[in-house]
Amino acid sequence: MSSKIKILVPVKRVIDAALKPRINKTKTGIESQGVKFSINPFDDIAVEEACKIRKNNKGLVESIHAVTIGSTKAKEVLRTALARGADTSTLIEINEDKQIEPLAVSKILKKIVEKEGSNFVILGKQAIDDDSNQVGQMLAGLLGWSQATNAAKIIIENDNLIKVEREIDGGVEVIEAPLPIVITTDLRLNEPKFIKLPMMMKAKKKPLGVLKPEDLNVEINDRLETISLDVPPTRKAGVMVKNVDELISKLKELEKQA
Amino acid sequence: MLRLFTRSTRNIPLCQRFSSTLTADKYPNIKRGDFGKINDEDINHFSKILSPNQLITDSNDITGYNQDWMKKYIGQSKLVLKPKTTEQVSEILKYCNQRKLAVVPQGGNTGLVGGSVPVFDEIVISLASMNNIRSFDQSSGILKVDAGVILENADNYLSENGYIFPLDLGAKGSCFVGGNVATNAGGLRLLRYGSLHGSVLGLEVVLADGTIYNSMHSLRKDNTGYDLKQLFIGSEGSLGIITGVSILCPARPKSVNVAFLGLENYEQVTKCFQKAKSELGEILSAFEFMDKDSQLLAAQTLKTTHPLCQDDIEGIESVPEYPFYVLLETSGSNKEHDDIKLEKFLEDVMESEIVVDGTVSQDEQQLKTLWTWREGIAEASQQFGGVYKYDVSLPLDSMYKLVESVKERLNELELSSTEDNKKPVYEAVGYGHIGDGNLHLNVAVREYNKEVEKALEPFVYEFIESHKGSISAEHGLGFQKKNYIKYSKSETEINMMKDLKKHYDPNGILNPYKYI
Ligand SMILES: Cc1cc2nc3c(=O)[nH]c(=O)nc-3n(C[C@H](O)[C@H](O)[C@H](O)COP(=O)(O)OP(=O)(O)OC[C@H]3O[C@@H](n4cnc5c(N)ncnc54)[C@H](O)[C@@H]3O)c2cc1C
Repeated sequence: MSSKIKILVPVKRVIDAALKPRINKTKTGIESQGVKFSINPFDDIAVEEACKIRKNNKGLVESIHAVTIGSTKAKEVLRTALARGADTSTLIEINEDKQIEPLAVSKILKKIVEKEGSNFVILGKQAIDDDSNQVGQMLAGLLGWSQATNAAKIIIENDNLIKVEREIDGGVEVIEAPLPIVITTDLRLNEPKFIKLPMMMKAKKKPLGVLKPEDLNVEINDRLETISLDVPPTRKAGVMVKNVDELISKLKELEKQA
Repeated sequence: MLRLFTRSTRNIPLCQRFSSTLTADKYPNIKRGDFGKINDEDINHFSKILSPNQLITDSNDITGYNQDWMKKYIGQSKLVLKPKTTEQVSEILKYCNQRKLAVVPQGGNTGLVGGSVPVFDEIVISLASMNNIRSFDQSSGILKVDAGVILENADNYLSENGYIFPLDLGAKGSCFVGGNVATNAGGLRLLRYGSLHGSVLGLEVVLADGTIYNSMHSLRKDNTGYDLKQLFIGSEGSLGIITGVSILCPARPKSVNVAFLGLENYEQVTKCFQKAKSELGEILSAFEFMDKDSQLLAAQTLKTTHPLCQDDIEGIESVPEYPFYVLLETSGSNKEHDDIKLEKFLEDVMESEIVVDGTVSQDEQQLKTLWTWREGIAEASQQFGGVYKYDVSLPLDSMYKLVESVKERLNELELSSTEDNKKPVYEAVGYGHIGDGNLHLNVAVREYNKEVEKALEPFVYEFIESHKGSISAEHGLGFQKKNYIKYSKSETEINMMKDLKKHYDPNGILNPYKYI
């Protein structure tokens, strides 16, 4: 095999997937005080997959680098990625209250790809906080690379060809592309394992660099403005009807009310 | 074809054969007491107190109320009453007392000592329809509920208000707060929040003659006279029917971590506990231990990969080779602070080789998954047909010896095998709340039978007595342990209890054949 694979895994710190997010009092965002944050589940899958690719293709993967954009608290998710098996990591530090849009994220990631010399980017298909589902695609566009979104299975072919299976309506779509490539992960790709203590301890000694967007010459401009956030109206409970007659009379009642 | 056939007949009838034996037939020495028999007039009378849907007489609908969670005890009640108000409970009991009709108070029916189901034809009084949250005081954390509120519902309600119920246990989705108080349930977080004797502030209880005792006014400090509510905490329906509970709830911890550890022997488990107490201090909220066989049982019902298994094993459930496991939980208000403490602790125990392997939950989902490997053991223990459960307090150092002795005894008597389906016992496993000196010994069986029972009792009780333990740490006495209280309590104590019972329930209508 000619070129070695250098993997980059972007990860994001988000409100824990098992929790119900609450809108803050000013209706400008999600309440984050006293709320548990974890690594975005799709990104966790991406890290796990990167490690699996290394394990299953001896000698093929040269390095796995994890990167996140966030406040210093986001170091947590880098530690998770390092403990899972990433070698090195970078935090692109921004202000804690700053929400950064997918295009800006992609521009920053492009710089990191260049800096690290990565040729294989694997990341979640979306972050579960804003559900944008844009970064992978935008990054591939900016880099001019192949992209395979919503990967349910990744196979590294011998001739340096990457084969990706995607679940689509009524079947599986298989796409193939050479390096370099951007792949986004779907839930089906793998199930991240529990991380063992020795790995967690080792992770503390692995490199974690900190950079600012300015260091990468990326300007962060907001293009979107959030006017207000609201919870969807709660649905009214349904009514059970015993028979057709009752159904018809209920419908008539509702019609009168309307 | 033939092989398939023999296999299926082996599995099914074993579970069914014994689930149909009535308690009264299994224990022929116990005779029905001199109680009234329900007649049409009685039904008429109850129909005046309750509306038709609060009265169950259809035998199909009654089945579930006659049978306990382990399917070990089966009663023959013909009548279930589901009062909605305290006054209705009072009127029912007043009448039953006059007519000398025996009753069983029933909560979520998750009790593990046969206390919640009738032995003969006692009337089941189910609290299921008394399920309102009465009030919650946001500043003091005092929650007042009807006795029939499901524990998990109470906790979810508190969670929305930033509080937590000071009790948690595997049956939380089914058991009632009233049932928890009636059994003085201990559970998974006693280590942190203490026993119900401390957190319950007041109760509303209907006595055998219909009198309503009410101390729901809930003062944290009140030193006027005897603390009567304590009598009902752990009274298992023998002194009155609890209808309302007032309980002090702590603020919900903002940061929770769960670690799951593998250890080489029992001594390391106790060492690990010592270290956890001294290094984690106030944030340690649970310390549960499990032996390997308990994990093997759980693996067979959970059907997922064990948290400490690393290789991708397809299909078959397997568990790594550690003889013991520990689930340790921290709860605090400051994540950074807790993380640093926990990390330091874990480093120490790994370095000193007290712990040989382990993991820490990275998110809520993992946290819940780790707990299933502890909480799932109860259910997994009866997957082969049934379980003999012993819930005992013992000094830490001799705690696991009980499990070893029982395993040895069952093997010597050739009653136990995981492979041979003809043996009545599948396996004996041990786990429990090390933090409280509380061991659960579960003997998973393919059938309930006298031979196994004779092998276990009084052997287990004698072991406990000789090691100065208690025969029931938290599940209570109920029907199963009525005759064994002498192994843990003196004659004077037992006589005082009997006096109380006689005084408050002179006709003995409340949960007869049980407790004392
Ligand atoms: C999976 C599982 C895990 C468990 N884990 C634990 C544990 O960790 N710790 C622990 O302590 N226990 C545990 N238990 C047993 C525990 O005793 C019960 O789960 C629970 O406390 C009983 O509540 P219940 O509402 O189901 O009561 P029931 O089972 O209905 O009744 C239990 C006893 O209390 C009486 N009773 C019920 N309600 C009232 C009332 N309102 N007034 C007067 N008497 C009443 C009944 O007559 C009976 O004697 C567990 C049980 C299961 C099935």
